Amino acid sequence: MELIKKYPKLFQWLFLLIVFFALCFAIDVPETYKFIRGQAEFVKDPNQSSYIFLGKEVRYYAFDVFWRLPPLLGWLPIWINDSLFFLMNEWMPMEFWNEDTQEFKTRPLLLQISRNLTSFMTFLIELIREILLGGLETIVAFTSWDWIDKNPWAELPGLPWTIVAAGAAILSYKLSGKGLALFAGLTMIYISIFGQWKPSMQTLSFILVAAPLSFIFGLGLGIAAFKSKRVEKALYPILLVMQTMPQYAVLVPALVLFGVGDHAAVIITMVVAVPPMILLTILGLRAIPPEVIEAGRMSGCNNWQLMLKVLIPTARRDILIGVNQVIMVCFSMAVISAFIGAKGLGFNLLLALNQLNIGLALEAGLCISLIAILLDKMSLAWANKQTDYFGNLTFLQRNKNILFFASTVVIGIILAYVGTFLFKDTFNYLFEVPHNKGLSTADFWNKGVDWIFDTFFVYIKAFNTWLIQDVLQPMRALYLRMPAIATLVLVVGSGYLIGGIRSAIVVCALTLFIALSPWWDRALVTAYMATFGVVISCIIGFTVGTLCFQNKHSTSFMLGVCDIFQTFPSFVYLIPVMMLFGITDTSVLIAVIVYATIPATRYTIEGLRSVPTGLHDAATMSGVNKFQRLTKIEFPLAFPHMMLGLNQTIVFALFMVIIGAFIGTEDLGQYILKALSDKNGAGIGLTLGICVAFIGLIFDNLIRTWVGQRKKHLGID
Amino acid sequence: MSEPVIKCESVYKIFGENAQKMLDESNGIVDAKTFQENGCIVGVNNASFEVSKGEMLVVMGLSGSGKSTLLRCISRLTDATGGKIFIEGQDLLQLNNKELIDLRRNKMGMVFQSFALLPHKTVVENIAFPLQIKGIKTEDSISKAMDMVKLVGLDGRENYFPRELSGGQQQRVGIARSLAVEPDIWFLDEPFSALDPLIRKEMQDEFLRLQEKLQKTIMFITHDFDEALKLADRIAIMKDGIIEQLDTPANIVLNPATEYVRKFTEEVPREKVLLIEDVMDTSTKDNLGDLKVLKDEIIENVAEKILTQEKSVTVVDSNNKVVGSINPTKIINTVFGGRKNNN
Repeated sequence: MELIKKYPKLFQWLFLLIVFFALCFAIDVPETYKFIRGQAEFVKDPNQSSYIFLGKEVRYYAFDVFWRLPPLLGWLPIWINDSLFFLMNEWMPMEFWNEDTQEFKTRPLLLQISRNLTSFMTFLIELIREILLGGLETIVAFTSWDWIDKNPWAELPGLPWTIVAAGAAILSYKLSGKGLALFAGLTMIYISIFGQWKPSMQTLSFILVAAPLSFIFGLGLGIAAFKSKRVEKALYPILLVMQTMPQYAVLVPALVLFGVGDHAAVIITMVVAVPPMILLTILGLRAIPPEVIEAGRMSGCNNWQLMLKVLIPTARRDILIGVNQVIMVCFSMAVISAFIGAKGLGFNLLLALNQLNIGLALEAGLCISLIAILLDKMSLAWANKQTDYFGNLTFLQRNKNILFFASTVVIGIILAYVGTFLFKDTFNYLFEVPHNKGLSTADFWNKGVDWIFDTFFVYIKAFNTWLIQDVLQPMRALYLRMPAIATLVLVVGSGYLIGGIRSAIVVCALTLFIALSPWWDRALVTAYMATFGVVISCIIGFTVGTLCFQNKHSTSFMLGVCDIFQTFPSFVYLIPVMMLFGITDTSVLIAVIVYATIPATRYTIEGLRSVPTGLHDAATMSGVNKFQRLTKIEFPLAFPHMMLGLNQTIVFALFMVIIGAFIGTEDLGQYILKALSDKNGAGIGLTLGICVAFIGLIFDNLIRTWVGQRKKHLGID
Repeated sequence: MSEPVIKCESVYKIFGENAQKMLDESNGIVDAKTFQENGCIVGVNNASFEVSKGEMLVVMGLSGSGKSTLLRCISRLTDATGGKIFIEGQDLLQLNNKELIDLRRNKMGMVFQSFALLPHKTVVENIAFPLQIKGIKTEDSISKAMDMVKLVGLDGRENYFPRELSGGQQQRVGIARSLAVEPDIWFLDEPFSALDPLIRKEMQDEFLRLQEKLQKTIMFITHDFDEALKLADRIAIMKDGIIEQLDTPANIVLNPATEYVRKFTEEVPREKVLLIEDVMDTSTKDNLGDLKVLKDEIIENVAEKILTQEKSVTVVDSNNKVVGSINPTKIINTVFGGRKNNN
């Protein structure tokens, strides 16, 4: 009894675990239960039960409700689908004037809006793309094909790659200095001579359209949320779900609404990129000292002046960090959007992976990574750049960068012109190196991969077999062995013990949604893969982070490494693992581990670093040794922040597991991938995405609640 | 006397959702405790006072006493829950948004504790900011701002950014900015509290010099009693939202109205605060010594002279007219006496 009084929480947790295991053992696996291989749910089988709701028939294998809940939400995807179809094709038909046929045409409103939006986006993308690469679509948009036929000169020529490279270098110089300028120049030259110019510029043009639009919408909504509590309350749940929703899953509804291609991808990219911008705008505006706002008011600002001249400039840095986020999200979406037909590097990567041409994939992946780092560094440099006074400079000094760029434009054009004589019979390499006509190291890499396979095949295979047979499969079986009721009790119980009744209700609702969807088994598989990844990632990240923290140089080095790795779109991580482990669960899990170790390491270091120096000194003066300081002072204080790292690790792991479907897994991600190629897939894709987001949100809720309490308890921030 | 520049009549500021309703039901008698039980926090409780033209009212109180809240009610950065506030006879709470902005653009200036400079503007741009907001052309506003830069002694640093200045320099910018529109009413919210003691003293002297020249109507907030004594024409001492005492520095030191005020006055070196006129005897004008002292001399400056006399000393005003007398015992009593009562 003494013990119970002393550690009440501990015994509550023990009790919860006992109930959980008791339920697990008390409820037997039904004899008819079998983990169903992919898509078998859609096969009609006389053993299935069925029910009809809202006119939709849902078929499922019925079990004891304690074992598996019936998919009472099974109608939802079908219903979403039908609703979308109705909205797009039947709702509110109206007369619209058609330019091409010169007559009125009846079309549903939403379809018309979607078509208008689509053609607008297409125009924007083509415009930027043709400025970079040349073409005539933009001119056609203003005139007609006939006109172009008569005036063959009227074609945007495109910029020679030398000019774009120089432009990137000059901009980097202005933002940050020589180092970044050099990196920008080298990156661009690399892209060009390795023949990745065209796809790279396609991707870039995609970002140049998506990022500014996302920025404008994000800033606008962020300001609206800052000004009105009601708007913020309405936006909050959407922001929350979007943060944990795999980017992949939103592609599916985009297909239905906007079709296939860059334009659909741009629109859907905005959906993903706007939330972080909103969050950072709100954050930045909130962080403004109230006295600055009062000073603005007392200066006699009206609301507009206050916003434009006081609030936004003062929150400049946070807003620009938002721009950095927007750019990075846009970039990673630009890669993933290859699945719905966006052109560019992602498309080439996907193609190469599909053909198992690892060499080509590596080259594309390297380009993607380089551009990602460049964009990240440039936008961060912009955010951190402080305004300088330039009133006392001469015209030449003030505009030297612009003048310099102008002169490189002239030189670039001259070079391109000279190139027409130099390379008479082949391509004009001084203008643009055509795709796959540059240098290529693909063969080298492919040979390397072959060599690795020939040399280490036995070991890799042995490791693979061991991992799958002795670790992964038993673990998966354990997860599937959990009766639904036991899982529910465990999750809701944890919610109650951590955050009280409120948390319990939230967590219960999220879990029930997944349990009542037709994909509980898949969700368990997703959870098992994510758990495996998270556990290993945390162990690695924690150890590496702690070790690196012992030395100042290794700390900053490791944070730099994390920074760089974090900028890579998740898709890129699949290349090296496929190279080594082929198409297996092992590949996916290793990609998950690599990807999810980044936040685990980063947050460990950041947490340890946030321990105040005063405490260090106090501890040292109390005569602790290094190890005691670590265990008695640093870990307890850093732990809440490290738990936030765990939260990020879970989100990262989930994202990667879902993308891993591309390699072939049997979890929710696989179904999302299938939904992409299904014309009735929108509802399924969306529901699946929400399921994944909810898995993330369950942990997010528990961890954040716990961290909040812990920080309050310790009196941190 | 002409109309007061600032006039407050039973101003209340109560935070909380039901503040308005609870205040209406309370008939003007607000008890902080009952309000707190109902989720309301009383910021300002029944504040009534006037500030006349060219006068400096210092509101003194510890943190949480409601002094800043009172100032924000009068500048209408926050709306008072109850009561009336008149600025030059205009009912402040009845102004619409446009009129309020006009009032701020032309009549009011405010200085903040944390300086509240715009980080993206240079010194001169910060000072020109209220002028530009008003719609004055850039060139004119900059040249006007340059005058202000000279006034506060920042010449040569006009193109610096706030981040490149020390605290004292930043507050000079804040002061210059608040004066740029040549306001009649000047609000200062603990302007020197964030500064080091030496710089603070320097800034106080500088501030007195400025006020000598400009003669603004001032509400000055501080938590430093010495600062209040040094600067004020009159002091209002606040506690828990209530003005405990509002009087001249001398009267507060000599006759503290409440126990709370007395605590502040205990440690005050009276000889540095009080004038001869505050302690002189106005009834006895005969049989005086030859020494004459001016009535608005600080005691400290003349104490030595007076104490060496045996007879009472004649007190005269600036026209050399006899207005009263003072004897050495009175000086000794003032400086050393009276405090025994508190022990």
